[in-house]
Amino acid sequence: MSDTALAAKLAKAKELLDEHTRQTVRWHFNDETGCPFWLEKKREFKFDPLKEVNSFDDLKKFPNFEDEWLRGGPIRRWVPKGLADKPVYVFETGGTTGIPKSRMVIEDHWIDYENFSDTLPDEYFPRGSNWLMLGPSGPRRLRLAVEHLAQHRGGICFCVDLDPRWVVKLLKKGDISGVKAYADHVIDQAVTILSAGHDIKCAFATPKLLEALALKLMDKGSSIEESGIKGIFAGGTEFTPQWYRFCREELLGPNVYITPTYGNTLMGLACGKPFDPADNFKITYYAPQPRAVIETVEFEDYNQVVPYGSTGRVKLYTMTKELFVPGFMERDEGEREKPHDKYPWDGISGTRPFHEFAATTTVGVY
Amino acid sequence: MLEIPVIRWGQPYESMEKDKIVHFETGEAVATVDNANAGLIKMDMRKQGKARDILRQFSIDQLCDMAEKAADLYQNATLPLGNGTQSPAEFCRMQSATTGLPEHMCAGNMKKNAYVLRNMRHTLEALTRGLPLEILTKGYGMESRGVMVSYQAQTNVLGMVLPSNSPGVHTLWMPVIPLQIGLVLKPGPQEPWTPYRMYEAFAQAGVPREVFCVYPGGPECGAAVLETCNRAMIFGGIPTVERYHGNPRVQAHGPGFSKILFGDDMVDQWEKYIDLMAESVFANSGRSCISCSGIWASRHTEEIAEALAKRLGPVAPLPMSDPKSPLAAFTVPGAAKAVNAQIEELVKAPGVTEVSAKYRNGDRHVAHERYDFLRPTVIHCSSTEPAIANTEYMFPFVSVVKCEQKDMLSKIGGTLVASCLTKDEKWSQQLLGATNIDRLNIGEVKTIQLHWMQPHEGNIIDFLFRARAFQNTQPPSH
Repeated sequence: MSDTALAAKLAKAKELLDEHTRQTVRWHFNDETGCPFWLEKKREFKFDPLKEVNSFDDLKKFPNFEDEWLRGGPIRRWVPKGLADKPVYVFETGGTTGIPKSRMVIEDHWIDYENFSDTLPDEYFPRGSNWLMLGPSGPRRLRLAVEHLAQHRGGICFCVDLDPRWVVKLLKKGDISGVKAYADHVIDQAVTILSAGHDIKCAFATPKLLEALALKLMDKGSSIEESGIKGIFAGGTEFTPQWYRFCREELLGPNVYITPTYGNTLMGLACGKPFDPADNFKITYYAPQPRAVIETVEFEDYNQVVPYGSTGRVKLYTMTKELFVPGFMERDEGEREKPHDKYPWDGISGTRPFHEFAATTTVGVY
Repeated sequence: MLEIPVIRWGQPYESMEKDKIVHFETGEAVATVDNANAGLIKMDMRKQGKARDILRQFSIDQLCDMAEKAADLYQNATLPLGNGTQSPAEFCRMQSATTGLPEHMCAGNMKKNAYVLRNMRHTLEALTRGLPLEILTKGYGMESRGVMVSYQAQTNVLGMVLPSNSPGVHTLWMPVIPLQIGLVLKPGPQEPWTPYRMYEAFAQAGVPREVFCVYPGGPECGAAVLETCNRAMIFGGIPTVERYHGNPRVQAHGPGFSKILFGDDMVDQWEKYIDLMAESVFANSGRSCISCSGIWASRHTEEIAEALAKRLGPVAPLPMSDPKSPLAAFTVPGAAKAVNAQIEELVKAPGVTEVSAKYRNGDRHVAHERYDFLRPTVIHCSSTEPAIANTEYMFPFVSVVKCEQKDMLSKIGGTLVASCLTKDEKWSQQLLGATNIDRLNIGEVKTIQLHWMQPHEGNIIDFLFRARAFQNTQPPSH
């Protein structure tokens, strides 16, 4: 694509983002449609969001979103009045110790995964085929989201549960054999489902569980490919370039497609740039704009985006009718990447735990 | 720039993830080291049986010959390393640059490793108590006294999760290849040098490369090695030792709390043993689990502490390349500061005196921009009660503790090496029976003077092999 054509796409995407920002702010700060939390917060601001937020850049007028606001109730304070009559889900993150962060959701998880569905190649994720969801369910949104993805694509989702809070507890106790036994318990269930004639062709798995499943199948003289799986998506900071290469070259083989994703309960799902040998397994993510935006910002100034190729902390924005997050500092860092033809806005690569937290964070437990 | 790949059953593998290892003084990169990932290790370990099959194509005697050759190559040859080469002098310089150990100490450890390799036949003979070695290869055989014995290998490979801060530990895995067991090494982040050089020396001496894996990488690589090797060793602190306590697959090596114990019959002659005490505390910059961290006696403890403090207190850091450089540097940011603060807190306890301060002419903690030193410290404890009476740090540190001889064995706790100065037969018998002492020296032996033909923290033969029943004829009727 020529520079001019890409520039035009960028401009159009920026225009769309600005318009989406205006609409979202009007919705959340309108007394008739906004949620109690933001309507109350509005009184503390020294600016009027309804008049003074006219573009995405104007979101910098808001203070950074504090994740502590999500801990504890009442959860209803997050439900926009404009959606008050809808059935509400609550999803949680964290929670190994103390009160978890809660996010109320109505349909966002469906919309996010429907949008993500559009990025999946039908060749490897055949429509109508069944799925395996190998990851946490419980209070997390993942199970319901992946299940919806399968249903949206005409399939049925088989789920195997994993409780990451229990795994973290075992790790903190140093109970390595307990972790191994639990992982075996999870993988055994997945192997059983794959052997039960359910015509499963697609899967979501966390990197660790996928690795364990693939090795277990090999021990049994089989493989992911032989089990019938053609396409997999997996996510998290453990999906590193080295792991990506290891998957393609050794763990899965050339006939199984795997694509990385990056996301969380607040943001939704960022897609990986399609595989290109020229990238040498570099993984670049693009947020599902305009519903969510990722910025890579200076460590010392969270309102300042770093230059392309430079390292910064991940800042997330969520702008849906259900949730408004004007700048949340994620616990990850990475490098700012240039826009891509398919995603004409900034991306991020090399995501990894934020260096100041890395020593104390337990990552990739599942 | 030196680039060092992962080694997968003898094949170099360039990873997408690389770590720069840097000179501790300047921050300048010394080499880049490719990092493995846990899945890759688990994948490779599915083929570990091949390593033992390959090694059993040689006799143990042939492998001992190769070990002898490897000793010379390791100590004297310029060997390939990644995309370059490394001479013995470069090895010492690089090891010093990334670990903070003075160059002459690196050379000393090199000599020690080479000695163990060179004397492998004798070491195995000693550790097997003279067992005909082909019995280990074949699995069973008749001893000269007419008894059938059988030894079964408990693993095809030994996994080693190695530390960065103590190049001396490598002697522990030297006998593994001659014992026809493959080697899976996860080097310490700052000390890839010995594993790679030893691998190359073995290979050039004729050991097939396919029996070695070297996996630099993060903690998940160590975990993968421990998970997939039926026998493994790991080095760490007390939590690591506690975590693997009772796990027959993992031998965890932690702090030694090694000590010199004076018997009442010899303590009045303490002045004769000042060199023995000082060298036990001071050798290798006090960085070893066999370095003495406690001297226990029923009397004269004040004088002993004073004499040691006078000897060790003035010692100050010198450049790493100085042949008399006495102290290793702390290269992990904040570590020396934290240790120093802990000591400062512990010496406030009643009955505790730091004796070395007055001889030091300066602070214990010598801070530089990128590294630190802790200068030798001698503490006197008037009883066994203070916490500092039985502790260990990674620098020349010793507590001289007043304790009645009759109470010593119940108070010293777990002790890796106890050098006991006594001729008292009755107490010697009690020392021999003390299960909290691992290596026992009775006589004028420094804690750091190891005889390599003695087992260290368990006999590696017993760790790797199981003696079991084997019969191929009917037993006598009874």
